[in-house]
Amino acid sequence: MEFDFAEEQPKFLMLMYGLIAFVAVVGGLLLLLDVVPAWFARRREAQLVAASVSGAPLPRRRKQGEGLFALFFLLPTVLLLTVGLVVPAIRTTLLSLMDGSSTNWVGLRNYSWMFSEGSIVRVLINTLIWVVLVPLVATGFGLIYAVLVDKARFEAVAKSLIFLPMAISFVGASIIWKFVYAYRGEGDQIGLLNQIVVSLGGEPKQWLLESPLNTLLLIVIMIWIQAGFAMVVLSAAIKAIPGDIVEAARLDGVSPWQMFWRITMPSIRPALIVVGVTLTIATLKVFDIVRTSTNGNYDTSVIASEMYNQAFRYGQNGQGSALAVFLFILVIPVVIYQIRNLRQQREG
Amino acid sequence: MAVFTRPRQAFVIAGVIGLALSATACGTGDDKKSSKAGSAECAAYDKYEGHDGKKVSIYASIRDAEADLLRDSWKTFEDCTGIEIDYEGNAEFEAQLPVRVDGGNAPDLAFVPQPGLVKRFADASKLKSLGADTKTMAEQNLPADWLKYGTVNGTLYGVPLGANVKSFVWYSPKLFKEKGWTVPTSWDDMIKLSDTIAATGVKPWCAGIESGDATGWPATDWIEDVILRTQGPEVYDQWTTHAIPFNDPRIVDAVNRAGTILKNEKYMNGGFGGVKSIGTTAFGEAGLPVTTGKCAMHRQASFYANQFPEGTKVAEDGDAFAFYFPAIDTAKGKPVLGAGEFVVGFTDRPEVQAVQTYLASAEYVNSRAKLGNWVTANNKLDIANVASPIDKLSVQILQDKTGVFRFDGSDLMPAAVGAGTFWKGMVEWINGKDTASVLQGIESSWK
Amino acid sequence: MTTATPTVAAGAQKTDGTPTTTAGRVRKRLNSRTATLVSIVIAVVWTIPTFGLLISSLRPEDEIKTTGWWTAFTNPQFTLENYEQVLFGRSASSGQLAGSFINSLAITIPSVLFPLAFACLAAYALAWINFRGRDWVYIAIFALQIVPLQMALVPLLKFFSTGVTLGGVTLMPAWDLVDEQKFAQVWFAHTCFALPFAVFLLHNFISQLPGDLMEAARVDGATHPKIFRTIVLPLITPALAAFGIFQFLWVWNDLLVALIFAGGGDETAPLTVKLAEMAGTRGNEWQRLTAGAFVSIVVPLIVFLSLQRFFVRGLLAGSVKG
Repeated sequence: MEFDFAEEQPKFLMLMYGLIAFVAVVGGLLLLLDVVPAWFARRREAQLVAASVSGAPLPRRRKQGEGLFALFFLLPTVLLLTVGLVVPAIRTTLLSLMDGSSTNWVGLRNYSWMFSEGSIVRVLINTLIWVVLVPLVATGFGLIYAVLVDKARFEAVAKSLIFLPMAISFVGASIIWKFVYAYRGEGDQIGLLNQIVVSLGGEPKQWLLESPLNTLLLIVIMIWIQAGFAMVVLSAAIKAIPGDIVEAARLDGVSPWQMFWRITMPSIRPALIVVGVTLTIATLKVFDIVRTSTNGNYDTSVIASEMYNQAFRYGQNGQGSALAVFLFILVIPVVIYQIRNLRQQREG
Repeated sequence: MAVFTRPRQAFVIAGVIGLALSATACGTGDDKKSSKAGSAECAAYDKYEGHDGKKVSIYASIRDAEADLLRDSWKTFEDCTGIEIDYEGNAEFEAQLPVRVDGGNAPDLAFVPQPGLVKRFADASKLKSLGADTKTMAEQNLPADWLKYGTVNGTLYGVPLGANVKSFVWYSPKLFKEKGWTVPTSWDDMIKLSDTIAATGVKPWCAGIESGDATGWPATDWIEDVILRTQGPEVYDQWTTHAIPFNDPRIVDAVNRAGTILKNEKYMNGGFGGVKSIGTTAFGEAGLPVTTGKCAMHRQASFYANQFPEGTKVAEDGDAFAFYFPAIDTAKGKPVLGAGEFVVGFTDRPEVQAVQTYLASAEYVNSRAKLGNWVTANNKLDIANVASPIDKLSVQILQDKTGVFRFDGSDLMPAAVGAGTFWKGMVEWINGKDTASVLQGIESSWK
Repeated sequence: MTTATPTVAAGAQKTDGTPTTTAGRVRKRLNSRTATLVSIVIAVVWTIPTFGLLISSLRPEDEIKTTGWWTAFTNPQFTLENYEQVLFGRSASSGQLAGSFINSLAITIPSVLFPLAFACLAAYALAWINFRGRDWVYIAIFALQIVPLQMALVPLLKFFSTGVTLGGVTLMPAWDLVDEQKFAQVWFAHTCFALPFAVFLLHNFISQLPGDLMEAARVDGATHPKIFRTIVLPLITPALAAFGIFQFLWVWNDLLVALIFAGGGDETAPLTVKLAEMAGTRGNEWQRLTAGAFVSIVVPLIVFLSLQRFFVRGLLAGSVKG
């Protein structure tokens, strides 16, 4: 197969149209927002002039101008979200009350299935382990690393290495970890972990078979991928701490330990929240890692992978949707936390 | 909607311009196609004429090298008729197809390897029944045993295409010759041979059921083959249709019989370790120790031939070959477990029907078989066109009138069982759980 | 932890006005040495799995499948065959990697730009324009992050294939796109799915900007679009770069959305789709994926390295209210 540039032309053309559309939409929106208020301002000025001439009472400044701006700023996002996520979320909720082929209403049967099935209860527990460990360890690790590496000479290289896993697709990651956890009962090991065990004089183990160790090992993969995200964001936040504050603290003779707790931590709190919340949600939705490593066998399944299997592979739309709705419910604590944060922010 | 229509308009405009440009660009390419029609080479395709320039999309799970062979196989058909076949193969086929169909974006044709999935689409009235020409062609060329699996509630929806034989045990003819072992022709001989080999310190069997998100399926094939052998085809049919419970005592019996090999620490798992290593051994690697002498026998389908590394001679006198998984009770016939895909149509435009008919024809199956690495149950297949020894053996078995053919049971069951709890249950079974509770669990999941 | 305790003691001493002792200085240098050492070790450990993949990608197929990658050091057998197969393979599906590379670019670039722009506008409105119910709008958008995109595939596909009709009135016709036009669907889908996270991330940064700055501009008579363009945008460049990188990585590595909305044809299939196909019908050719993973990693890495300098300047430029 030779590479034929002419064949690729339509793609570039399409990309160009995409970029033109982008410029047209965003530019047009901003232009619209600039022109329209200017027109309103002129009209209001004219009204003011007219009013002052005729001596009539001044028209009150209307507050809705703000609302209009907000509407236009939010319009693209709200429209896209309605089509892309709100409608599907409502549909999923409705489907969760229907049977596998989405033809008959079955009430709450899918939910009672969820809690009566022994294996599903295990799934819920696993999800809990994931959602506690991943954000905690990944954020903690990212933070420690960001502090350790700050202003070191090889900082850029080290950060790139930690960030590297984020650039690898799940297909790539699953192969990478296959080379870590693989097991051979006899002959040469091809898995790194077993090779280490064997060279230390131990017996090779089938890592992915032993519950609950296997869940922890899968969590390691997720942390391996996500710690780079935490590290990059937190490192940037640390660098944004104004130099004069740090300098002042140093002049006061504050130890590094105190510096960390009294200056660094409070300053990067917003970034910590972003990282923690993002990782929590990402973890709730994770399914590729489990699906490609064990497909949920050996007590490793989580809600999202079970949802995918039920809805897409087993043709059980109702049960799959019920699991998805359960995910919506699980995120409520995070949402409440976010509301509290927002309130504090508005007050502070 | 004000802002919203803007990108849309841009896209539509973009699309129109794009189409115009591509139309001029391809102008010269189109002439080549129809020029072949009417030539001697095209005489066989006359009956499919009249659809010049039409497009037919096909979606399947076959990809990479095998997909290239597919594309090559209908090249002449495309050139002669002017129908353009747009083939797409994907690993996530079983999960993606329902999404596309539900989303209103179904392909024209799909090659579905699971009769259970054909039934699901037919029940949801998503499928078109076969056109008259296609039906005639299919009924002429394909055995009734196979057509039955493409039929839902009396209507024929799927035309059997490719096939594979699952009742095979892979071994090394070289090693067997060297050690003086003979290929067993009965179950008892096979067990005797296993004991002989085990006594020499070599694990006679190897197996592996790890297969990504399909982990477990090789074990279900094992079980099905044994059920077919111990209980016969009637019980097998009742079992796959859930006329008898999944954990019927006869089934429990058969599973335990399979366990005398699969869960026997003396026999398993050559080249990999103990019985439990079956669960984590990739199915593709599981049979490779056969060629290195670390394992003597590996039960796996005919397509396992492709798993051996390049340079391995797969032949009756080579490094690896397969023998028929022997019958237990010869009175119950010569059971053959197999699988294959079915061509189903989501649309029935004339050109789609033409392609569907063509795929059932003698022209097609021989054109595909000549390219190698393919077997079908289509009786128009000329065995002279089949080159590889293992494919030849498979065709012989499929065309053998004394054979009792049955389709892979897990593909017949609803996906939640056949591709869900059955697979998972087998993983637990290999991992040490007892037969009764595993089968009980699968039974309770089948509603 | 053990090293931290004496430092606190030393720090406490220093607050009394005692000049830094030599011992203290040595200890401090030692600490930074340890920190350096530890961070190097971690970086190396973190990279070992990827490094193993790199070594594997250069080994022959049967070696990969039978021995560990570390044996390559004692028994070096290297080949470029995996890369050859991936880049110029005999099969039609692997031979056109260059084409799918372009597809990946054509999918990724607009899929990053659109959500970036829309989320930026929305985040500004939610942070700095006063209107009723804005907190609820924000919380609603935030909560949408949890909707699994798998559940959105079918309705969105229906939206494209049948359009929108309400009470017999066609609000939007079916898109009916063919070949590379399908990119538009992918952009649309990726934009939808990216928005909640993008709004959440950018809102966090935009709302942290100093209020005085906005107030001063308002007093000068600047309108919201003007403030947005001249004050906010320049200040949040690092945050934009950050989201840009994450969205780029996500779209570049995405398989599911591309599969559903672009399909696997040569005209539209991105790298990930082609790579997944390359493992063979029964997944047994996975050794090719070792090379494939490295081919697909190149672009994201370049993007990360070239945008990294934005991070160094500080992602939360205005995190401390001025």
